[in-house]
Amino acid sequence: MSKDECKQVVLDIIAEIAPDEELSDVKPDVALREQLDLDSMDFLDIVMELRKKHDIEVPESEYGQLVSLDRCAEYLTPKFNALV
Amino acid sequence: MELSRIVITGVGLTSPNGNSLSEFRQNLLDGVAGISRIEMRYMGEVLAGVCDFDPLRYQKKKEVRVGTRAGSISIYCAQEAVKDSGLDFENMSKDRVGIYVGITEHGNVETENEIYNISKFDYDTKYWTHHHNPRTVANNPAGETSLNLKITGPSYTIGAACAAGNMGLVHALQMLRLGEVDVAIAGGVSESIRSFGIFAGFKSQGALAEHEDPNKASRPFDLDRNGIVVSEGGALYTLERLEDAQARGAKIYGEIAGYHVNSDATDYVLPNPERQAQCMRAALKKAKMAASDIHIVNTHATATPMGDVQECRAIREVFADCPDTYVNNTKGFIGHSMGAAGALELAGNLPSFDDGMVHPSINVDKLDPECAIPNLVLNNPIKAKRVDAILNNSFGMLGINSALIIRRFSD
Repeated sequence: MSKDECKQVVLDIIAEIAPDEELSDVKPDVALREQLDLDSMDFLDIVMELRKKHDIEVPESEYGQLVSLDRCAEYLTPKFNALV
Repeated sequence: MELSRIVITGVGLTSPNGNSLSEFRQNLLDGVAGISRIEMRYMGEVLAGVCDFDPLRYQKKKEVRVGTRAGSISIYCAQEAVKDSGLDFENMSKDRVGIYVGITEHGNVETENEIYNISKFDYDTKYWTHHHNPRTVANNPAGETSLNLKITGPSYTIGAACAAGNMGLVHALQMLRLGEVDVAIAGGVSESIRSFGIFAGFKSQGALAEHEDPNKASRPFDLDRNGIVVSEGGALYTLERLEDAQARGAKIYGEIAGYHVNSDATDYVLPNPERQAQCMRAALKKAKMAASDIHIVNTHATATPMGDVQECRAIREVFADCPDTYVNNTKGFIGHSMGAAGALELAGNLPSFDDGMVHPSINVDKLDPECAIPNLVLNNPIKAKRVDAILNNSFGMLGINSALIIRRFSD
């Protein structure tokens, strides 16, 4: 999986959990919470959907890695690729 | 001590046959029922009353996803009631507004959904949602409504089985009289059609209705009735002290003239007509009215063989020699909307103060002789000589009884 594909996976999850948000111009280097109406429960939803849909575990101590799309890609892409 | 007079100034509702008071009322007069067949997890098809209001009228998509169906119903009804009341809601002190929502149960739907969800993951609880607790706390529908309307006064639910819709109104009246709030948003809601357990429980009890034609399945007082059609729905009212309502020139639907609540203390599910009669009499006494002053008695009858007979026995006793008192029932149209029933069924009759009509009980092809009480309005609406007062019965499991009397408002 490429980093761009990984970002799309995260965006697809956000589209489900925050269906009112416009996601077409999310800036990958800016914190998601600065540009989208996401709260702490929404981040728990992202973690849960990664677990349910993709078998990816994000330990609580590493939630900060999901702060932006770029950081998500850095952190999650190796995890996705390790699944294969 | 002179108690404040409490009046109804706004109505918001959703029922299986209407999403506004006018639509609901018209369908009750036109004989239009709203029961359909739905797929129920583990059970196959069941009959249910389903509401088709648009939750996105007052909620964001995310709020609908995170919240509960009961929350969405409550928010819709509360918003509609506030709009209907003409209150300057934007500019009023939200800490002086209370929300009192009657519920039969809450949390079954969400818990069943979550158990089903983790069954897909070998029952590993790490897949259990973090939304579970806010969704299942007993105050959920009232709490979601307070969030939505930014109401900071007391907001909670009243758990009272299927008497809960009346109980929401009774509690609101008490809080207004105590001066705890200036406006109360009160009534009842139900999301029960999303819980297989409710249906399976009634089925095991031999009390779940079945009929090839869904709209003929709920048939209180009919000899061939065979149980309850479970429905969702809600009705919330704005209530105010009379002087406050008059000071702002509010439209007044009616005045809560009397009420009573008691308990059978006899059985888990079987009703007790003696206590029901006591409940109605005590409500009349509080209202300082005679039985003959009531022009419509809306029955709770759910179409169970025993329940209907017992209530008719109580009504026959209390309303003997009342030639101008008509008796009707709403569940033939909409099924049993559980926590919403009392509040929703009252709404169906409130317009009688204006149009003088009494909506019928439908689906009565062969009247059960044991339910043949005088002036039972069957299958077609009738024009009453006058309608000045409505007594609204609502009873529930574990033997809770409530009777609410609404009087045509007059100075």
